[in-house]
Amino acid sequence: MATRQTQLLARSLLTPAVGLLFIWMIVPLALTIYFSTLHYSLLDPGSESFVGLENFRYFLTDPAFLASLQNTLVLVGSVLALTILLGIPLALLMDQPVIGRNFVRLMVIAPFFVMPTVSALVWKNLLMHPVSGLFAWLASLFGLTPIDWFNDVPLLAVILIVTWQWLPFATLILLTALQSLDEEQKEAAEMDGASAVSTFIYITLPHLARPITVVILIETIFLLTVFAEIFVTTGGGPGLQTTNIAFLIYSQALIQFDVGSASAGGLVAVVIANIVAFFLVRIVGRNLEA
Amino acid sequence: MARMATTRRVMISTAAAWLFGFLIFFPILWMGLASFKTELEAFAIPPSFLFFHWTTENYATVQERSDYLHHAMNSIIIAGGSTLIALLIAIPAAWSMAFSPTKRTKDILLWMLSTKMMPPVGVLVPIYLIYKSFGLLDSRIGLVFILCLGNLPIVIWMLFTYFKEIPRDILEAARMDGATIGRELVYVLTPMAIPGLASTLLLNLILAWNEAFWTLNLSTSSAAPLTTFIASYSSPEGLFWAKLSAASTLAIAPILVLGWFSQKQLVRGLTFGAVK
Repeated sequence: MATRQTQLLARSLLTPAVGLLFIWMIVPLALTIYFSTLHYSLLDPGSESFVGLENFRYFLTDPAFLASLQNTLVLVGSVLALTILLGIPLALLMDQPVIGRNFVRLMVIAPFFVMPTVSALVWKNLLMHPVSGLFAWLASLFGLTPIDWFNDVPLLAVILIVTWQWLPFATLILLTALQSLDEEQKEAAEMDGASAVSTFIYITLPHLARPITVVILIETIFLLTVFAEIFVTTGGGPGLQTTNIAFLIYSQALIQFDVGSASAGGLVAVVIANIVAFFLVRIVGRNLEA
Repeated sequence: MARMATTRRVMISTAAAWLFGFLIFFPILWMGLASFKTELEAFAIPPSFLFFHWTTENYATVQERSDYLHHAMNSIIIAGGSTLIALLIAIPAAWSMAFSPTKRTKDILLWMLSTKMMPPVGVLVPIYLIYKSFGLLDSRIGLVFILCLGNLPIVIWMLFTYFKEIPRDILEAARMDGATIGRELVYVLTPMAIPGLASTLLLNLILAWNEAFWTLNLSTSSAAPLTTFIASYSSPEGLFWAKLSAASTLAIAPILVLGWFSQKQLVRGLTFGAVK
């Protein structure tokens, strides 16, 4: 049916989107690569000079890079583990016959729609403040010493906030997957005398393998670039304790105005994200018969 | 006997689900309550949960002192504008890929997806410098543009998966009856595509409303949307919990309502069709 004319039309309809995305991807990336080979400081304009890979050597051997790489890995790993380990039981619970399930669903999903700056500031002040926060009051009720979250365990505090934001996402995806699980298969297993635990291990969990993989990959892409939560709570500190790679690059670019080094760091971030993206694109592609 | 066990099971799972749902929702509820307290009560230990002096003065103060409406308007323009422009570019592209696929369609789709994987911080420096030299820093048009490009892959993907579900027989029938492509688009395709368009629009409004990397880095005051405005409450000398709560409640209320409507599409939009 597709005539030459419709093919031409189809192509011309596609061109603006492809062209824009191509420019969006290529131009800034090419500039980042170019800047990364320059000595280029906004504080010292006109002094740009070619330095080869010097910025990469500087960025990668900077102790701040190793610290922030470690913080990034701890942040991403902890949030992934927490959202999945809490998300599975929560999704299983919401898949049970629950009175008012839709309302519970609304409450569980809500944090995902709260803008990051609001979540971070509400948690930092109203909940985690060492004197007037709700957690401090709860601790004192039980006779415990309140935790000074952002001084004593700043990275853990950020992890908790980000987990709260992403738990709804993991739960919702796992719940969607659970609801597509064949009930008959579970009932047959129960008829055969399988316990709830073995039904979970041999039927439910394998069925969740794919959605869990998808949650891990998508969350990783977003968690690698957590920024606003750190920006409004700790500013990367105390010291470098909550500086992740995204925040390190931001501070080199817009606080220290070192364009060259920030660009080199940006490319390092692109490489890390691409490793994750490679696997995600393969999984999505396998699912797509276009 | 079996019935009793079932009733008990429903009671237990209901109680547990409500408890955990409440705990997860609690920070939002607590913030909403704090927005109706005086600054002293918001700070008080032990905290008062319901029996405090309810007041709406924080909402008035937030507007008076910091022109809340100006930032809300920025959010509406930036989120709405970027979403609408993205839709205008994405509809033809998704339509073309869904109804006239070629051998390369799959590769194009996956390539579009991969552009979304690029960490924004990787291109922060060039974007900042380009914006600076074109005078786009702290401008609404600059933010509309960047959020539009950032969300374009998701918009195209969502539309593509919805368009794919429209039965092709109907289009063929319309073509047999001599409908031109223009008529086909207006009378056949559009009505069937409206639910998909609506949920794409909704999800992307939410994503753009909450976007907090580019808005924080590229806006300071005159173009600052609510994300940046709320961030200004982080300075230690300006710690007003009740006012922070009032501003925050206003900032998230509309999106919470939209979000609750779009929760079913959320999974689909954010997993690129990998989980249904």
